[in-house]
Amino acid sequence: MSETKTLIQEYIALNGKSRNQLLPLLQNIVQHQNYLSEEAMTEVARAMGLSPADVYGTASFYSYLSTVPRGKYVIRLCRNISCMMKSQAEILSAVSAHLKIKVGETTSDKKFSLVQANCLGWCHKAPAMMINNEVFTELTAPKAIQIINEYQQK
Amino acid sequence: MESHELKRIDLIFSNYTTSKYKVLERTLQRDPDEIINELMDSGLKGRGNAGFPTGLKWKFARRNEAETHYVICNANESETGTFKDREILERVPRKVLSGMAICAYCTGARKGIIYLRQEYAYMMEHLQNELNIFHQHVKEFNFDFTVEIFLGSGSYVSGEESAMLDSIEGYRAEPRNKPPYPITKGLFDMPTVVNNVETFATAQVIFRIGAEEYSKLGTPLSPGSKLFTLSGDTPKPGIHELELGMTLQDFVKEFGDNNTKAVQVGGASGYCIPQKLFAETVIGFEGIPTGGSMILFNNSRSMYKVLHEYLRFFTEESCGLCTPCRIGTQQLLKGVEAVKKGERPVSYIDVLIKLALSMKSSAKCGLGQSVANPFISIIDNFKEEILY
Repeated sequence: MSETKTLIQEYIALNGKSRNQLLPLLQNIVQHQNYLSEEAMTEVARAMGLSPADVYGTASFYSYLSTVPRGKYVIRLCRNISCMMKSQAEILSAVSAHLKIKVGETTSDKKFSLVQANCLGWCHKAPAMMINNEVFTELTAPKAIQIINEYQQK
Repeated sequence: MESHELKRIDLIFSNYTTSKYKVLERTLQRDPDEIINELMDSGLKGRGNAGFPTGLKWKFARRNEAETHYVICNANESETGTFKDREILERVPRKVLSGMAICAYCTGARKGIIYLRQEYAYMMEHLQNELNIFHQHVKEFNFDFTVEIFLGSGSYVSGEESAMLDSIEGYRAEPRNKPPYPITKGLFDMPTVVNNVETFATAQVIFRIGAEEYSKLGTPLSPGSKLFTLSGDTPKPGIHELELGMTLQDFVKEFGDNNTKAVQVGGASGYCIPQKLFAETVIGFEGIPTGGSMILFNNSRSMYKVLHEYLRFFTEESCGLCTPCRIGTQQLLKGVEAVKKGERPVSYIDVLIKLALSMKSSAKCGLGQSVANPFISIIDNFKEEILY
């Protein structure tokens, strides 16, 4: 059995396959595989008795359930008004230049993806960034790069 | 209007270190109808922004005799410029859980859910620990009520209460037709109370100090205090608990940088108030309500950029279900860009305003309906900046 299949079967064995388990299951797959592959979505559909289109339609609605490959660490830079006012654009271009990727892209070693996010809820300490679930605030371009370098070592 | 110094209130975050669920224990001894009456007397209205009277919501849910009821805490705080629910859950989660438990006691719910936005996943462990402590206490109080956390997957519209229900049930977070409202037919078709994090925490405060004391704060139409989250051009960014019913003039005097040209009240879905209207604008349900978001802009800011960013935000977060919002948000964004570039005549702005107004009357949920708020208030007050 493929790794994906095992992951899904284990989840369902533990939590059942009622419809309200769909989003937690998809989150679980993203946690392990960084994104939802076609194989994963097809397999989830089969295991839960749903159509693949239904699974894809649900997953693609949510910004944290990526249906395109993502790196191990997803860098989310807040782009909303309060962060915009505190020069988030400079941080974005510095990070982008440092990792040599544009927004939406993933580094060739599959370690980092760079995305822009809507309000992360740290407006008073703008600009803010998340790397996976970890939050960083009051960023400057050098500080952001230093943090990313620390992740690089992980 | 004469100016007043703003009084600082400290109810939400205070009186906590010694909190061992005493307020909850005491309140669970009381008669549910009496509890609901006290909440109605306090005049508490939903702190998410919609402002529905909380006591009335609980009363309607209580009246419903269905076997299963649910209590949901809306922690999908995604409005731009808002971060109060995050602070509440970090610093005083027991107040929120007490509010949920009292609501459950009054409405007959045995199960509660905290819908936590993905962006706040970093506090899962902290909340789970708090839930363990909470469950021990309610057990000691002989009250059968459990709360679990449902982690969101990233969507602004999930904060709309009926969309949130669909999300928990495993679907795209698309708003339902209303009526029926969740208090009649909510999660899994069962009566469900959905309240904001701050609303539950405030309910706990009301049961601690009493409705009479609480409603001395604020104004008759907007009793009480609430948390305001400040960002943008202010020397005092952060959370401030203030009485409702203040004028924007008093607010800016206290929190502005002496150069404030406008304040966005209520985030992207709120209103942009220019300096000339500060004195006559009241923050509260009799004037401009807010879920807490207050973003200050000084004279160095381009209001075109502000408007553009809000429209981009809505275009991205529109769930796509209803045409007025799906197409409308995109056309408003394209439209202001075209006018700015001179590809469309200045008069095209009037066409866009008509479109925004039709979204207000025809979009299915609050998201689509509210796009007109920033759009029209920014264009009305800063037309030159938008056009040229």
